[in-house]
Amino acid sequence: MQELEIAQLRALTDLLKSKYNYNFTDYAMSSFRRRIQRIIELYKFSSFDALLQKLNLGNQEFFHEFLSEITVNVTEMFRDPTFWIEIREKILPDLLNLNKTISIWHAGCSSGEEVLSMAILLREMGIEGRVRIVATDIDMAILKKAKEPVYSVKNMELNTKNYERAKGPHTLDRYYEEKSGKAYLDKSLLKDVIFREHNLVEGQVFSKFDLILCRNVMIYFNQSLQNQVLKVFHESLFKNSYLAVGSKESLIWCEIANKFLVVNNEEKIYKKIKD
Amino acid sequence: MRRLFKIEQDYKAIVIGGSAGSFQVISKLLSQLPSDFELPIIMCLHRLRHVRNGFVEALNIKSSIPIQEPTDKEPVRKGKFYLSPANYHLSIELGNTFALTTEDLMNNSRPSIDILLQTGAYAYRNKLIGILLSGANRDGAQGMKMINERGGLTIVQDPKDCLIDTMPVSALNITDIDHVLNVQDIIDFLLSVDKYIKTKS
Repeated sequence: MQELEIAQLRALTDLLKSKYNYNFTDYAMSSFRRRIQRIIELYKFSSFDALLQKLNLGNQEFFHEFLSEITVNVTEMFRDPTFWIEIREKILPDLLNLNKTISIWHAGCSSGEEVLSMAILLREMGIEGRVRIVATDIDMAILKKAKEPVYSVKNMELNTKNYERAKGPHTLDRYYEEKSGKAYLDKSLLKDVIFREHNLVEGQVFSKFDLILCRNVMIYFNQSLQNQVLKVFHESLFKNSYLAVGSKESLIWCEIANKFLVVNNEEKIYKKIKD
Repeated sequence: MRRLFKIEQDYKAIVIGGSAGSFQVISKLLSQLPSDFELPIIMCLHRLRHVRNGFVEALNIKSSIPIQEPTDKEPVRKGKFYLSPANYHLSIELGNTFALTTEDLMNNSRPSIDILLQTGAYAYRNKLIGILLSGANRDGAQGMKMINERGGLTIVQDPKDCLIDTMPVSALNITDIDHVLNVQDIIDFLLSVDKYIKTKS
């Protein structure tokens, strides 16, 4: 297939903005292009223009399917096990030392693997009652999945390995039941988690947090949108609280870098030191 | 005897893909380039998805320029050697920066060579050199095709010289390849490129 040209992608983002009020203008170009090409193949559109025409009809149902396909929902429980060791041994103890209760925001929570990892960690540390969790995503359909987590058994193999590498004290199978080739995760882990729709591009601050996790989400944005989102995170954090991004993301290239201190460079955990 | 190649293009970057059987090749190649090598070399080598550390360190034992794994949005710089990090796809964006993503596996791989080569072809067009080495799957073939279509220069390791020739053969099957070379000739080619770039500047 021919590579989509920038002018075509621009026509598409203009349409999404005017018709659906979603702004994808500042998404990172190369991955956005691949996602669009993937949708054209998946839905067997005869051309890029055919996709454009379909979107132009204003069908909300199709738009939401499109939205689910645009966003990348590949994730793992306990992704980067050493990150979770750091959270358990350093970050949470530090926060709970100073505060009776704390709140955590999973920004771009996708199908919920990271939220579940956190919930398991909190239960194992016996501090579930002291932590409020808010999990947000742009995509309502994926939030639904996050609330009722059912994962493939194949993915659970990887999740289990990650859990072991993160020095989990039990075995992961105590948190799920296998039925007809699927793993049904223990929903009681999520009973106090607040799931809500939130588009990082819109930039609303809705609460204050002690820890924000936004790992491998901003990589899909360009530099200017990253700067904008980081401003929202900065404003949403209490002073001396933490921001975690993906292991290969960095605040170095961002405007707001000087308001954060690198706490762990390997795991990309930052502390807000200036208002 | 060093083989001399005639170079007539102001290349901006070199991308290299490799898989099974490519570690020794790349290690030799990196050890024989000068420490003031002008162009950025960006490598995508198939590697274990869940082992973050160790690979760069192993390559650095011999490399004349220390290799780094780029972070997202990092600018591509002259004279630097880069390696795709584990469990991420590496792309090159217009504007000469790296982008990392966690999209699905491509050709059973993350990082995928096709993604690096295709985005490189888009960003650098005829100023890109693509090299595909030994490997046991077809990743990289489509990327080489794209480099060719965008006017870049393509080199595959001579199948006779490969431990496992599936990867270069797959590329040869779907697109025209400018040079089919053994490892020493690939090194000589890169030295000729470096000499050309240095005399131009």
